[in-house]
Amino acid sequence: MKYSNEQLERYSRHIILKNVGVKGQEKLLGAKVLIVGTGGLGAPAAMYLAAAGIGTIGLVDFDRVELSNLQRQIIHSTKDIGKPKAISGQETIHAINPDVTVITYQEWINSQNITDIIEDRNYDFIIDGTDNFPAKFLINDACVLTGKPFSHAGIIRFEGQTMTYVPGKGPCYRCVFKDPPPPEAVPSCKQAGVLGVMGGIIGTVQATEALKYVLGIGQLLNGYLLTFDALEMNFRKVKLSQNRNCRICGDNPTIRELIDYEQQVCELKQH
Amino acid sequence: MGANKADAFVDITDVKCPVTFVKAKVAIEELEDGQLLEIRMNDGEPVQNVPRSLKDEGHKVLNVDNNGDGTYAVLVEKGGLE
Repeated sequence: MKYSNEQLERYSRHIILKNVGVKGQEKLLGAKVLIVGTGGLGAPAAMYLAAAGIGTIGLVDFDRVELSNLQRQIIHSTKDIGKPKAISGQETIHAINPDVTVITYQEWINSQNITDIIEDRNYDFIIDGTDNFPAKFLINDACVLTGKPFSHAGIIRFEGQTMTYVPGKGPCYRCVFKDPPPPEAVPSCKQAGVLGVMGGIIGTVQATEALKYVLGIGQLLNGYLLTFDALEMNFRKVKLSQNRNCRICGDNPTIRELIDYEQQVCELKQH
Repeated sequence: MGANKADAFVDITDVKCPVTFVKAKVAIEELEDGQLLEIRMNDGEPVQNVPRSLKDEGHKVLNVDNNGDGTYAVLVEKGGLE
């Protein structure tokens, strides 16, 4: 590939890195990353991946931008209120880096469409930036069944966590968390609150994992759960093992089809 | 150029740091180990820094010629220090 002087300048801090170089930047420009949710986690992840020159970014979000999103969802601006988040995200990405192709999916993910979305562009890596357990299990199961690596993350209040799934190399999300908790037992982000920066910290870790996966460098968070406590300013990396009895990736998997778990009523009523 | 015959040539006098090194690096990545790249660069910051950065990446600087017009011709062997 021939770089223009502008491209050399745009990606110069990458190309200078021994572990990236020209070939690494070409891998990034040729890579396809799907980001599910353009909220607290997905917003910074999408922006950094766009800036890094990930060539194709898929954005999945059915929501429209609300004023209450802007405290943390930095891909959206005040002028975007009322606009579909996927479109608002696409516009911000193009403003950051016109080299990036953005594919928008204005849909709620469910058992019927998630596989089609993942396979639409044969995405290399998936980022779970959703805010509810049904979506997290759905993404996990879909990635296990389609053999795709993905980054899980969750944030609430002053805490966050993230782990990476790589097919055949360590546990999946369900190995560790088994099943969604009952809907009434879980406070959603809307009910519990979240410090705005949490998505920036954890979403940027997710973007880092995507970049490292594409580049084939370093150690990913497969087999580990990274937890972050902002009040104590503590990161902890907890080793996880694969669960041979896991219902989706274990020795005798019993889940062969995707499941639509019940979602909290308050999560649905606004849409 | 002397006795050495470069396999490729790149002019980095049209860009500024850090793109100077980036452009040289792009050119050298297209070569095989042992092949030679001639780089035309400006006096001052480029000639002070670019050869050193290339050495850091394992390439051998074989020759630095002052072209007498404010530019230098630097001859580098890809992977010559590895």
